[in-house]
Amino acid sequence: MSATATRPSTDPTTDPAAPGTAAAEPRPSLLSSAVRSPAARKLAVLVVIAAVLIPLAHAKWASGSWPHALTVDVSGPLGDASDWILDNRDSHWIFLYFFGHISNVIIIGVRAVYVALLALGWAGVTAGLTLIAWRVAGVRIAVTTLVSFAICGLLGMWVPTMQTLALMAIAVTASVVIGGLLGLAGGLSEWAFRVLRPVLDTMQVLPAFAYLLPVVMIFGNGVPGAVLATVIYAAPPMARLTALGLRGADAGVLEAVTSLGATWRQRLLSARLPLARKELLLGINQTIMMALSMAVIASVIGGGGLGDRVYQALSSVDVGKALAAGLPIVLLAIVMDRTIGTAGERLGAPPAEGGHRLLRGWPAWAGAAVATAVITVVGRLTGSQTWPTGWTVAIEEPVNQFKEWMVDHLYTGVPVVGGTADWAADYVKWILDPLREGLQGLPWYAVLLIVAALAWLIGTWATALTATAAMAAIGVLGVWEPSMDTLSQVLAAVFVTLVLGFAIGIWAARNTRLERMMRPVLDMFQTMPQFVYLIPVVALFGVGRAPAAAAAIVYALPAVIRITTQGIRNVDPAALESARSLGATQGQQLRQVQLPLARPALLLAVNQGVVLVLAVVVIGGLVGSGALGYDVLFGLAQGDLATGLVAGTAIVCLGLMLDRVTQPTSRRDRKGA
Amino acid sequence: MARTRIQLLTAAAGIAAVFTATGCGAADMTKQSSPYANVGGAKSVTLSVQSWVGAQSNVAVAQYLLEHELGYRVDTVQVDEIPAWDALSQGRVDAILEDWGHPEQEQRYVKDKKLIVPGGGLGVTGHIGWWVPKYFADKHPDVLNWKNLNKYAKTFKTAESGGKGQLLDGSPSYVTNDKALVKNLKLNYQIVFSGSEAAQITQIKQFAKGKKPFLTYWYEPQWLFNQVPMVEVKLPKYTDECANEGTKDPESIDCAYPTTPLQKYLNADFAKQGGKASAFLKKFHWTKQDQNEVSELIASKGMSAQDAAKKWVEAHPDVWKKWMP
Repeated sequence: MSATATRPSTDPTTDPAAPGTAAAEPRPSLLSSAVRSPAARKLAVLVVIAAVLIPLAHAKWASGSWPHALTVDVSGPLGDASDWILDNRDSHWIFLYFFGHISNVIIIGVRAVYVALLALGWAGVTAGLTLIAWRVAGVRIAVTTLVSFAICGLLGMWVPTMQTLALMAIAVTASVVIGGLLGLAGGLSEWAFRVLRPVLDTMQVLPAFAYLLPVVMIFGNGVPGAVLATVIYAAPPMARLTALGLRGADAGVLEAVTSLGATWRQRLLSARLPLARKELLLGINQTIMMALSMAVIASVIGGGGLGDRVYQALSSVDVGKALAAGLPIVLLAIVMDRTIGTAGERLGAPPAEGGHRLLRGWPAWAGAAVATAVITVVGRLTGSQTWPTGWTVAIEEPVNQFKEWMVDHLYTGVPVVGGTADWAADYVKWILDPLREGLQGLPWYAVLLIVAALAWLIGTWATALTATAAMAAIGVLGVWEPSMDTLSQVLAAVFVTLVLGFAIGIWAARNTRLERMMRPVLDMFQTMPQFVYLIPVVALFGVGRAPAAAAAIVYALPAVIRITTQGIRNVDPAALESARSLGATQGQQLRQVQLPLARPALLLAVNQGVVLVLAVVVIGGLVGSGALGYDVLFGLAQGDLATGLVAGTAIVCLGLMLDRVTQPTSRRDRKGA
Repeated sequence: MARTRIQLLTAAAGIAAVFTATGCGAADMTKQSSPYANVGGAKSVTLSVQSWVGAQSNVAVAQYLLEHELGYRVDTVQVDEIPAWDALSQGRVDAILEDWGHPEQEQRYVKDKKLIVPGGGLGVTGHIGWWVPKYFADKHPDVLNWKNLNKYAKTFKTAESGGKGQLLDGSPSYVTNDKALVKNLKLNYQIVFSGSEAAQITQIKQFAKGKKPFLTYWYEPQWLFNQVPMVEVKLPKYTDECANEGTKDPESIDCAYPTTPLQKYLNADFAKQGGKASAFLKKFHWTKQDQNEVSELIASKGMSAQDAAKKWVEAHPDVWKKWMP
């Protein structure tokens, strides 16, 4: 590892405090003002460093690609580790007395919930959840819940839906408890908060596929592995929001409580936590959404339920069946999001007036419980515990026919715009290939230098250091070439996402009807498991990097559109009004007022675009994107810890680098909130 | 102080309760069945399904017979091949019905640890190779010899293959020597990994729709042959020496893939205590024609696996009656 010391910008002289000579210059010439600008100063420092280090590096390792002498081969130790786990899993104490119990507790928990759900039967579950939704979120949400569960049954997905619910119940509970405890530590102690932040960052950027393998090795295939992988992914937002809520508690209230002589614990339980309840609730909501988005990925390691149905449908290339299993996931997400969201809005708001006294407070809860029990019994008496087999609607055929029709008509030979196959070929030839060749052709030190410059211009020297170190780590791990390939794919996809996202976002900001019409579509694209549209993208764009880009764009676009729309909407109306009174045209208003004022939001959109595109790199591997995504899948499928884990780590490093390069420092604290 | 002690005691009692609930002391990692298994007193069997339709056919027929003739409840889980071995060793799944040969796993789990036992042959023989569509081979019969492949490299070019011919490869979980083959046979081809069988099938179908030429890694038995007839390209003959050398150094391989009789494997405990279910699965043995009949119903006629299995079972009582314990 000593080799890493030669990274250009990890040199201690990068400290920006050094150039003080320019400030002493009295004459306000062009030169001095250029030198005084912080950006130019930062660049000047980098140029100096580069001038010293590059000739050295070049003399020693002349090749443009990452020098072999600076790599560390981790495949030996990782291979040994995986062999050790497999050989000792049923004899070593750490498995017998620690990991084994964790697996067993998870299995017992999921089983208990599943048995309970089956005992309630379809009637009981639907009635119970509808009544809960009605109590905490009102009639409209209750109707949504009722309809959603009915659709799950109608699609013939009742049993898998219950399996997914059982899995989710345990995974979400574990995530909320663990995330809550971490957040509590972070909220109460500055030190813990500082330690936690990078850990949470990594947990979120780490592609889930990369840690599926270690989790499977330790806990085994199936439900325990699936639950733990979900917890790793879904706990960070809970931790972040808990910490945020606790830290943001009103100081005045806390002081008042202290002056009343409350102990530390009373203060926490009676003031700080209640004050943070909105954040806590938002955290739970985020956790549920993230856990649901893992449902399909977890199926790759035998998590069962709806995800497994999507995955099985994929292998027989049946989009209709995949959609039938994917829709319940979307519906579950919508129901939980709306229920908890509305419950959150109601918190703190005064109780609604009107309604009978019996419809409020505990009598209503008791009534709901009794009603559920009655409906359960009635359901049991009428027969089937699971959804009655006759009451299903087959959507597979029409969906598949629609897909075929779409592919037949769009694939090639569409007049004027050309078919999707032509687009794919052009995209590969004119954007991806030149970009990849450019990145792979650049000398490695040039890449590090560019990264350092970009990160430093937008942030501090610490940002630049992190970004460059992340990039260097990729080289050290020996995956420079595939990483540049992946990077080129990510950059190209982000570019297209931003062009489309800004255009649609701006359009939607000026057209409320369009925005309202788009909302459910965006919802669906964000929650629909990506596996469902892998087949259509391959059918439209062929195997390779183009369909991977299409999948990534579909996934990242909704967030970019939403953030752009909101950013432009939130521009101070006074500024806009004054521009209008000065006779600015629509275009001028947009270019000179709205866009500049919405700059922070647009930057956030860029950042989110990058993060989300990167999150589907592995999914892209499933449709032929090659490079790092494929390596992660290969590691998982072949039980090859070294390949999978190294590629996964490289994706994390790319993520870290891109995040730092696109994220202004001032916004850092809000991430994930 | 007293309060803290009570809290500690409660915590200790809680942990103890959890340990008792999970089976006192040591947790046995080799005995962890799926939480969805045996719910409501039903006897259940968990079968692993691999991602190709042939494997789905085996499981569908086994599931149908286990449920309708022997009164079991069957759970199926789709897992990649190597993770499936892992799951089998832990009892998360009870049986794999179609294994294409995993010597390393056999050594570890069957010979050393004795957690998995062989369940006998499936009766179907598998074969991996390189294939071109029949409509192309009919017009250019000399493409069927690997020596002429370089002549066709231009024909098989795509946007992804960077000026060379494209050899379409499949899911990362499949056994492949293609990288070594392309290098050792000096072929002017670029391997494009489609990353999943679904993507590969979709791409092959798309090629076939436009009657475009393509060269792909593929295997039989496979239902796709019924929709897209393909002809195998002859690679240098498979020999034992070549295979032995390949085991030592995978990069040296320069001959065709072997033909593998597919095997069944059972979890060792299940094999002993699985009663009629394990006896039945050990006897399960059919032919490529039988398997393809079911696969065809599932994959091209769009029938559900269960309906396809039912149809086959009703038509072939003479075959499956022999499997009954």
